[in-house]
Order: sequence, then structure tokens, then C-alpha cells
Amino acid sequence: MSNKTKLTETQDGTIVFNLPFPRDLDDLRSMSPIVIKRPYLIDYIYSYGQDSPFFAALSNKIQLGTKCNKCNYSFANPRLACTYCGGENSWIKLPEEGEIHTFTVCYFGSEKFLAETPFILGLISYEGINTLFLTRLIGLNIDNPSLDWIGMKVKRQFIRNSKLLPTDVYYLPVGKVEK
Amino acid sequence: MTNKIPVYVVSGGVSKFAKARIDKTFQGLAKEAYDYTLKDIGLEHARAVELIDGLVTSYFSDHFTNQLMAGIMVQDYLGMCPKPGHRVEGGGATGGICFQEAWKAVASGYMDICLAVGFETMSRVNTWKGNEFIALASDTQFDFPVGGFYSGYYAMMVARHMKEFGTKLNQLSMVAIKNRKNAIYNPFAQNPGDYDIEDIQKAQMVAWPLTYLDICTMSDGAAAVLLASEDGLRKIEKAVGKAMSKIRVTGIGRGTDMMRMADRPHYDVILMPHERKEDYIGSRFVDGKLQYPGIHSFRAGRSASIQAYKMAGVGNPLDDIDFIELHDAYSSSEIQTYEDMGLCKYGEGGDFVESGYTFMDGVDYKFESTKGIKLKYKGKLPVNPSGGLIACGHPVGATGLMQAVFALWQLQGTIDKHFKDNKLQVKNAKRGAIHSHAGTGTYVTVSILEKEN
Repeated sequence: MSNKTKLTETQDGTIVFNLPFPRDLDDLRSMSPIVIKRPYLIDYIYSYGQDSPFFAALSNKIQLGTKCNKCNYSFANPRLACTYCGGENSWIKLPEEGEIHTFTVCYFGSEKFLAETPFILGLISYEGINTLFLTRLIGLNIDNPSLDWIGMKVKRQFIRNSKLLPTDVYYLPVGKVEK
Repeated sequence: MTNKIPVYVVSGGVSKFAKARIDKTFQGLAKEAYDYTLKDIGLEHARAVELIDGLVTSYFSDHFTNQLMAGIMVQDYLGMCPKPGHRVEGGGATGGICFQEAWKAVASGYMDICLAVGFETMSRVNTWKGNEFIALASDTQFDFPVGGFYSGYYAMMVARHMKEFGTKLNQLSMVAIKNRKNAIYNPFAQNPGDYDIEDIQKAQMVAWPLTYLDICTMSDGAAAVLLASEDGLRKIEKAVGKAMSKIRVTGIGRGTDMMRMADRPHYDVILMPHERKEDYIGSRFVDGKLQYPGIHSFRAGRSASIQAYKMAGVGNPLDDIDFIELHDAYSSSEIQTYEDMGLCKYGEGGDFVESGYTFMDGVDYKFESTKGIKLKYKGKLPVNPSGGLIACGHPVGATGLMQAVFALWQLQGTIDKHFKDNKLQVKNAKRGAIHSHAGTGTYVTVSILEKEN
């Protein structure tokens, strides 16, 4: 016997053309609120602007960061202007391996990612790079998350067909890498 | 920064916070909070319209309202056109920013009486869509597409806090228990409850290590606060025919941090006046020195606290503040905020929970009888006596104002009148702090309220 106690709710329904209405307007105060479905869909013509090379590189299986020409501060998430000295940054290639700085396992989330749960989010640190990088981690025992994962060496992987999204790159524990 | 024109919090009101208030639109909810604000001091609407010089309105997300310019629609609904007004937004700190912008209107001499009104109607989409709307307040190029989920971001922050400082899961749970249990005595709260440590940890896992009970829920609700100069206060006193208690805003502070937490530096701690550089050097820290703010701490919270304390003349907050209503969207962020606000040193937030300072004197949390944990300094500095966001709910644009309303009632000594129960009244409360916080600590506001003799 199933232990399910609730039917799955969906947001389709019936088209309604008229509603019951009281004769006496004073009765409207006790009327229940009307709740309708109101869709909102949009396709943006979105520009990655000055960050475009990062995405172009991903599609060529390269992960880029940036480095300040003046103060040498380096960013794993690219930005073309240095936030510390105001100088101009140049593109650099990030190391192939990094370390898990922190992580979580998401069992719930935004509608867009619900079907992918549970998934692991991690922040990666790199030798010689000053900031971290947010990514998906795989190859870990997702049923048994542990603080011991922090500090683990991980290696970069790319999906075969680029989607021009930051998820074109993801990380696996070193040793688990299978090309 | 000095505060030359005194600004007083005269009155405040909150609507009932609930998961879904389909009975009212956002205008109707704002009106509920506004009516409470007026009724509490016996001010008629017609007189209020004469006296109020202008408004600041706040709501976080145009996506939730599916309506731009909802701020003016509230001002219009309350009958406050054609007075000056504007809408403010700053993620989770929207309400706190609204409070401070209304303060500025009065402190600058621009207005004698300013009304701050904030709201959010989050039930208009399913919870997972709501999570998506909130996650759009992270970088939509680099962070959101990876799996945008705010609970996940905060979970990563506390995982690092636990790894670096040894903060324990039980300490997180104790915060969730405190706030939910306090809220049993607060009729405005959405999610009160009597839980033990196992209940918190066995609840549905949302983002490891945070469970459903560690996290605030989405809400529909509104809050309003009436601020006035000395002249404004006199005008209101004349209109209502009685003297009002003088609760003054003595300090404000606001801090910021980089949107992508991955970008934040690992550098030196911003010290509180009562801290020393040496406090953050030693073998107990990774690399022998605390790397700050990193992923474990909210630099904006510290920056905001230092400014507000300085303006209000607060020395060591542990001695100089009687209670705090802070932004506990997660049990973990309450612990991190203790450190940002200087209640304890960075890294000591977990032990600070167990010290008992932040628990209410008159509430039995059953830690001693069930777990043998003695809250040694219980009641010394109650934090979130109202139940905070975890238990009251978090209708974003209203939340920071809700904190101001609860703080006002604490300082007036009127908790019994509003909550119909005196249990959560902080005894002899003279000075309180309110703290509002946006996504992973991007904007943080701290304001200090004091009872003037």
C-alpha cells in the first residue's frame, strides 16, 4: 500500500466564464478571493558583454580567470576591472586542479534545478589564484556528505557539447577522473 | 557621522504574517500595518494625512508582485498622494534600508514626520518558483545557472564555518529551538513551535547541513513604522492629546560586500574597538591567521555594526545593548551575525550560543533537563526575543521594519499589550539593536534604538 496521502497538485485547470454573485452587495465582504493563473514568459536577448571570452573559452574546454596588470590580484570569476586598484585585468588560464573550499548538497531548490536534486554545489580554490569559483561537484558519495570533503583535491571536467553556461565546467575528485 | 537632528520612532504596526494571505493584495496588507500603527497611538487617518510629510516604501521583488511601481500603489492606497515618496530595494535588507531611508528623511531636516511601509507577497508563486526569484538576487551570469538556491549558498558558508572553527550542528539547532520557542508567545509569528535538537536535525534536509527547521519560510505580510523629529513628535502628541514615550534612533550603519561570495577576499579582520589584532592570530586559525571575511563571515555586518555603535556611543555591545532583533534567515546566520556584531570573537559563535546570553530568561528551552546543557548567562543579551525570521516569517520588504516595530514595543515596555503576554518583554530594556541582511551579506543594516529619559 502506498503511504502517499496527497494527490500531486498541478497548475492546469478549467476555463471559467462566469462566477456566482450575490444579490446583496454587502455579502461581497465575505466573498472568497479569486485566485487565477497568470503566466509570465520572456526570452531575453542577453549579452555576456565583456565577460564573453569566459564562455567562448569554456566551449573550447578552457577555463579562464583574470589578473590585474597593476596589482596582480587574480580572480577565478572573471572581471575586467580590478576591484582593488581600479586597474585593467587580463585574461589568464586557471589551473586544471583545485581544492574544495566548501560545499553543500542541495535537496531542494529553484524550480529550474528541482529535477536535478540532490546535487552538490562547491566553491573551489586554486593555487596562486586569489578568489574562488562556484561549481557543481560530482563523484562524491552524495548520500554521506562530510566536512572531510573540504580540502579534497579536485580536477576540472567539461561537458562535451557546450551550453555557454558556467556549468560547461564541473569538478571531480582527483583520482576519479575518467576521460 | 553624527546625528544632529534627533529622530524618534513614534509608532509601528505589523500585519499577521502567514504563508499565504490570499485574502488581500499587497495594498491591503500594507493598509493593515498602517492602520495598526495609527490605532496604537489613537491617531485618526485624516490627521495622519495632514501630519505625515512623506513616505518610503519597500518591497524586494517585482517578480513576486508581477507589478512594477508597487511602492506608489501602496502610497496611493493609503491616501498619501501627492506627498513625496520613493521605493527602496536591497534584497533581504530591503526593510532595514527602508527604515534607515525614512530616518534620513527626518535626520536631514527634509521631513518632520515620515512613514516607512514595507511588504512582500511571496505566496503568489509556488515555493520552488519563489526560491528561483530569490536566487535571481545572485549573479545570473556566474552563480544562478550553477544551481541558484540561497539555502545552498548559506549552507556552503556554514560548512566552512564548521570546518574552520569547529562550530557544531547542535549549536545551530539550539538557535532554531530558541527562536521557534520564543515565538510561541508572539501572536504575529508564522512558525512558532516547541522542538528539541533531534526534531531540528531529523527534519527534511534542504541544503546540507541545514534542515527545513533551520530556515525561515516565505511569507505574505507588511509592516509600518512612523518616524518623527522633535517637532514632528510634538505635532503628533498634540493631535492625539497625550505624551508619547521617546524612543530615539541613536545610530545607523550600513555595510556592503561583493555579490559573488566566491569573489570575497581572504584578508585581515575589521576589528571592533574592543578587539585586538592578536585575537585573530595563532595556530587555531587556518594558515596561522584568520582569513577574512572568506566564506565564513559577513564583512558587511561588521562594517554596519561598527558605524552604528560609533554613532550611538555603544562600546562593547555585550555590555551596552539590552536586546537584538537580528536577521536569522538561517540558524547558521544568527551564529555568524553574533560574531559580526562583536558579541563574541570570530570563530566563537557556536560556543557563544551555549553560553546562554541570547536566550530569554523566562522561557524554558529544556536544554538542561534533556541535554545537560546549562545556559550559564541566560537572558543577559536576548537575541530575537520575537522569534526572528525563523519563527515570524520573512516577507522580505517588511522584515526589517517588523524588527523595528518589535524593538519599539520592547523599549516602550508594551510587549504585553501587543502580544497579549508579557513573557517576551525584555526587562528594563533601554537600548536595542536591529539588524537586516541581504543575500549572503551583500547589504547589511544595523540601527540602534534607545529609550530616552
